[in-house]
Amino acid sequence: MNNWKNFTKGFIKENPVFVLVLGMCPTLGVTTSAINGLGMGLATTFVLFGSNVVISLVKNFIPDKVRIPSFIVIIASFVTIIDLSMSAYVPDLYKSLGLFIPLIVVNCIVLGRAEAFASKNTIISSAIDGLGMGLGFSFALTLLGALRELLGAYSLFGHKFINTDGILVFVLAPGAFLGLAYLIAIMKRINK
Amino acid sequence: MEYIIIIISAIFVNNIVLAQFLGICPFLGVSSKIKTSLGMGGAVLFVMTLATIVTWLIMNYILMKFNIVFMQTIAYILVIAALVQMVEIILKKISPSLYQALGVFLPLITTNCAILGVAIMVIQKNYDLLQSVVFSIGTALGFTLALIILAGIREQLEKLPIPSGMKGVPVALVVAGILALAFMGFAGLV
Repeated sequence: MNNWKNFTKGFIKENPVFVLVLGMCPTLGVTTSAINGLGMGLATTFVLFGSNVVISLVKNFIPDKVRIPSFIVIIASFVTIIDLSMSAYVPDLYKSLGLFIPLIVVNCIVLGRAEAFASKNTIISSAIDGLGMGLGFSFALTLLGALRELLGAYSLFGHKFINTDGILVFVLAPGAFLGLAYLIAIMKRINK
Repeated sequence: MEYIIIIISAIFVNNIVLAQFLGICPFLGVSSKIKTSLGMGGAVLFVMTLATIVTWLIMNYILMKFNIVFMQTIAYILVIAALVQMVEIILKKISPSLYQALGVFLPLITTNCAILGVAIMVIQKNYDLLQSVVFSIGTALGFTLALIILAGIREQLEKLPIPSGMKGVPVALVVAGILALAFMGFAGLV
């Protein structure tokens, strides 16, 4: 039961995007379509899961003073792995996510979970925490991506509903800010 | 002329915050007062220029030479983290007044994705060293500009009645969205 709570908290109650307001740059930058949001979310989930597991494994060997640089190196290694794998297996998605894949390394969620959770808890609960938080992040990104794609191109995951141009502004930069603003406001209401 | 185009493009057309979505965390976090925004902008200008020079040199004279470009992310983030730490120590010794002004913002900068983003961007754009420096200065100025405008608006917003659900981050995002809309007017300038 406890593990289940630990896993689900990332979706609504402690959603990294809507409630903790972390990792804003990729959230706003890549969510021009639902599929981009999902891809970015899953890439971040991989990094979160991997770094949480490794950090909770080595937490007892790392001196307290150099823990942040050590965490960053571990995170950067996982980012490099996903960066190279994505450019090899999903080159199209990799191209549209662009700069934001290497930038997972400075995503506050990843370092935040490492510092706040994985450095204090067991491997299993850290793994669950990483997975839950990552999927919560993916959920938020997919939701925002779907909203922007729906309004901006009248399509969802590439399937077009109405055969005209959408409200273009939602695919462009301002739509990201406005869409996220209203999603956060709605989530605040739900959590209350 | 070429350098002027790079600067104008970095400040207005491709504004790092409003068009490229980098450095959003400090943009939302410290933009409630104009004075702190200026401090943050100064710190970013300083670190971004320095970090771009150092990472450019590392890329061209170490990583490319030994054919280990895949180490880019790891090398860059370590260099930036070390650099921020070093700048903090040096500033504290040689210029306490500047440290007083920028000090609190320095630790925050390591996780500012704009710094790492610019360092990677200048490599992708194939800039030479001088172009990279000009680009990073322009980008930092654009960041400061966006931060100050948002701070000015937020200072006024505090006096207005806002629905409780929209208070704080959501209303700041709405303002940022309108600013982004305004900055889209610069598209096609260069």
